[in-house]
This record gives sequence, structure tokens and C-alpha cells, in this order.
Amino acid sequence: MNIEYILQQLINGLAIGSLYALVAVGLSMVYGILKLINFAHGDVMMVAAMSGSTLFLSFSKSPLALFAAIALFAGLLGLTLERIAYRPLRGAPEINLMITSFAVSSFLQTTMTMGFSATPKRFETVPLLSTLYKVGPLQIRGADIATFLIALIAVILLTWYTRTSRTGIAMRAVSENLNTSMLMGINPSQPIALAFFIGSLLAGVAGVLWGWKYGQVDPLLGFLPGLKGFVAAVIGGIGSIPGAFIGGYVLGLAEVFFVGFLPPSFSGYRDVFVFSLLFMVLLLRPQGLLGKAIGRKA
Amino acid sequence: MNKNWLAMAGILLLLALCFWANTSWNGYALRLFMYLGLYITLSVSLNLVNGLTDIFSLGHAAFMALGAYTSALLTLPLAKRASAFPSLAEWFQNLVLPFPLALLIGAGIAALAALLIGFPLLRLRGHYLSVGTLALLVIVETLATNMTFLTRGPRGINGIPTYTNVFWVWGFTTLCIYIVYRLKHSGFGLAFGAIRQDDTAASSLGIPTFYYRMLAFVLSAAMAGVVGGLWGHLVRVISPHVFSYNITFLIVAMLVIGGLGSIWGSVLGAVVLFLIPEGLRFLESAKLFGLELFGLSQLVVAIMLILVMIFRPQGLLGRKG
Repeated sequence: MNIEYILQQLINGLAIGSLYALVAVGLSMVYGILKLINFAHGDVMMVAAMSGSTLFLSFSKSPLALFAAIALFAGLLGLTLERIAYRPLRGAPEINLMITSFAVSSFLQTTMTMGFSATPKRFETVPLLSTLYKVGPLQIRGADIATFLIALIAVILLTWYTRTSRTGIAMRAVSENLNTSMLMGINPSQPIALAFFIGSLLAGVAGVLWGWKYGQVDPLLGFLPGLKGFVAAVIGGIGSIPGAFIGGYVLGLAEVFFVGFLPPSFSGYRDVFVFSLLFMVLLLRPQGLLGKAIGRKA
Repeated sequence: MNKNWLAMAGILLLLALCFWANTSWNGYALRLFMYLGLYITLSVSLNLVNGLTDIFSLGHAAFMALGAYTSALLTLPLAKRASAFPSLAEWFQNLVLPFPLALLIGAGIAALAALLIGFPLLRLRGHYLSVGTLALLVIVETLATNMTFLTRGPRGINGIPTYTNVFWVWGFTTLCIYIVYRLKHSGFGLAFGAIRQDDTAASSLGIPTFYYRMLAFVLSAAMAGVVGGLWGHLVRVISPHVFSYNITFLIVAMLVIGGLGSIWGSVLGAVVLFLIPEGLRFLESAKLFGLELFGLSQLVVAIMLILVMIFRPQGLLGRKG
């Protein structure tokens, strides 16, 4: 095992970690504000990936514009789902929201399976992104560089936005305490809808990037990234945007190192490892890396 | 007294129905009847956790898988073993247990898994248990796919002896309903209710919340383990993807639509959701405007669940019964 191998694994870990980070940030935002574990988050990502696989075939001339359009579509999908399925449940027990997200997840999976069939579909890649760049002995794919940059920019913008802007402050106030924020004159529907929009937008971005990375997509691809995104958010401290970002990389690196540094016969067990990591974190540091240890509100 | 007579009459009626089904129904109807019993048991046993306490488990399919694999491995006939599992130790090759004992051990394994993951999860907010149990589902499926020396991987285990019959199924269904009913209408039920409504207040009154949550979770997992065993000995073939997310989703939908916390609600929910795919079967093979309708029943269940959460979050029967 030489240093190049380790560095190569590091690059691979950062590449997959960026995707987890994008998913985790959206999950963490929505959780922070509504205490909702959104099981449908990964499926919004899947819908974006599936529509990408269909659209990129016919409109391969302007990939960037299409990328933006799909991300926007995913954001609007999140907004619509919030309006139809989640908003009517405001004030209901948190568990009800979770059950609904479970149902929404199933709804998205089933409609996509019925519309596009369950067989994996090819995802058209863009030349610039599928090129393998070589830096000395190391190699890195264009899509991975793009993913990393997008995740980094997104998290910086979002952190800055939630810390300083008026809506961002409202968002944090609502997540602190919904009722008190209403007493302060905040209409909670606005920040909640915005959290869904931004989170789903990022899931849409992750969906297209996922397609570019792996080259094929299917209607069930959202389940594992959604769940792993939650693990990443928990590792980083759920509710915290920078935390989710860091958690994504910790998870991505841990996963890649697990596969890369153990004998190949273990590689099938990577998901066992990932989710055992969740249990370890919850046992040892349930508040995550950046989270604050606070008691439950009575 | 009156209630006891009613229960007795119900059991006798069920017994008569089982005899009738066993002797004169055709194979298809009989199998449906048995699956219905298994689904009712799953729904009632999950209700013990999700309905009565404040935690929400999504891992029922994982506990079923543990029970199914355990009991299949322990009862597989000798002739089948040497060819299917060449690399296992000799004492295990020769270990063929009677069906009830295998079911019990399967329940024990499922309970043990629940106990293990319960320790980190049950101290935290209810949400973490939901995600943790879903994670367990992925872990169990991955293990079943990769531990080929024990599970034959994706090929699954076939030739499982057909021990499950209508009496096993409905006998266990009755037992589960009885157990959950007795728990609900006892000091345990009161403690569960107190924890569900306000766990801080409950623990300040001296109710050991962790202990009660763990009790409900482990017991429910054990029941799911037995159902898994019965399932395996009914379909005769089990593979990793059989006990999937879809089964968990269906069971959750059953008990939410029936009414979280209501025993007869989860029975009713199981019956209703069990009949929907049967009723829609003729539509699923059809096409509408060139669109495949296969999967329609899953879609109907998802939409039903969303609508129930909006318009009748307490489910069909509320918390009654």
C-alpha cells in the first residue's frame, strides 16, 4: 500500500462524500425546521436523475441549462409536495409528518416505476465531465471535481444566507421554536417552504451529478443515498448545515476507506459498515460533531 | 364476563373457519387466508411499538428476515444440507430441530437484534429509532446477500419444508392479539400511554421509560421473527430481497390506516390493505393510455396513506379497542 493508493482513495472518498453532503444538507435543513425525517428526500433526487436520463438524450446540446432546469424542477417538486402533503399536517405530532414522507417516497417510487419501468436507464454523460484527468499517478473524473465544487459553494452560500439574511434568521427562529417565532411576527410557512425548496433543489443537483458519476439510474436509486444522507447529517450534528456538509465527507471517506483498505471479500459489507457507524455515533456522540448536546424540550 | 364469552365465541368461530378452510377451500384461497393471518399478526405486533408507545419502528421486515432465515436453517432436511451448505461445521450440518423450537429460536434471534440496536436508539428522540430500524433493514439484507456460506446469498434458500398451516398461522395470530390486548389493558398499557403522551412527565413519575420502550420493541420484534419463520415455511423459498422495505411500508400503512394504538384497527387495516391488491389485480395487467398499470395497488396505498394523514390522522378506528 503506497501513498498514491491512499491519495487516490482520498479522492474517491471526497467524490462520494460530496454527493452525500449535498443530500445531507437538504435533509438537515428540513429536519432542523420541522423535526421531520424526510424519507422522500432521496426520491426527489431519484426523480431528478430519472428525468435527466430522459432529457439529456434529446437535449444534449446545452447540458448546463438543462442541469439548472432539472434542479429547479426538483426544487419546485419539493415545494409542491410540501404544499400538498406536509403543510396540512402543521401542528400534528411529528410522527405523522414522517409517515407522510414515507408515503410520499412510495408514491414517487411507484409513479416513476410505472412511468419508466424498473430497469436501469442509461444516463447521457457530458464529455467534459466524463473525462478522466490525470495528476501524476492520480486520476479524477470531471464530474467529481464539479460535484465537489458545487457542494462547497452551496454550503458556503447557505451558511452565509441562514446566518445573515432576514429569511435565514426567520428560518432559524422557526426551527428554534415554531410557536414563539409566530409571536415574533414570523409567518412560518415561508421559511418552511423555502427550506423544502432549497433542500429539494440540492437533491435535484445531487440526482443529476449521481447520473453523471455512475452512468445509469433506476427508480429505486434514491433509497440508499437518502438514508446515508441522514447518517451523514447525524454524524455532523443534525440541523446544522456545516455539520451536514462535514458529515457527508466523514461518511464518504469512511465508506471508501472501509472498501479500499480491507480485503476485497469485505467490500460487499460496505452498507453494513456505514449503518453500524450510525449506531456507533448514536451510542457515543448522539449530538454529532458540530451539534450541541441539549436535553429534550419538555 | 360478557367480554370473555364474546372472545370465546370469536375463537370458536375462527377455529371452525380454519377447519372449513383447511378441508374444502382451494389451494389459492387457503394461501390467501394464511397470508391474511400473517399480515394481521405483523400489523398487530408492530402496533405494540408504533401505536402504544412513542417510538416508531420501521424494521419489522428485518426481524421477519432474521426469524425466517433462522428457522429455515434449523429445519432444513439433512438430505438438502450437504449440497446447499458445504462449508458449515459438522455439528450444524446434523442439527435438525423440530419446527416449534426453530420458530422460537428465530424469535429469540430477532429479539436479540432488537435488544442490541435498542440500546443506542431508545435513549434518544423517537426519530432515531425510525432511521435506526430502517438501517437495520439494510444491514440484514446486506448480510443475507453476502454471507453466502450461511444464506446462499441472492440465490436464497429453497426446499424449506412446508410446516406452516392454517392452524399455526391463525393460532399465532390469536396469541399475538391476546398478548397485545392484555398488555394494552394493564399497568403496562398505562405506562406506555404515559410515555407516549409525555415521556418527561412519565419518567418524573417514576416510570422507567427506557425499560418499557425496550420491552415493547423486543417483544414486537420476537413476534415478527415468528411470523418470518411461518412465512418461510409457507412460501418454501426465501431470499434477501423478500423481506424488504415494501413489506415494512405495507405494514405501517395497515396500522396507520386502521388506527394507531387500536388493536382491532390494525386488524381492520390489515384486512383492507390486503384486499386492495387482490381487488386491483385485474387492473394491474391492463394498460391505460399505453401506461403500464402494474404497481397500481402500491400507488393506491401511498395515496390513501397521505389522505388519511391529512383528513383522519387517527385512522379508521381511532384508538378504540
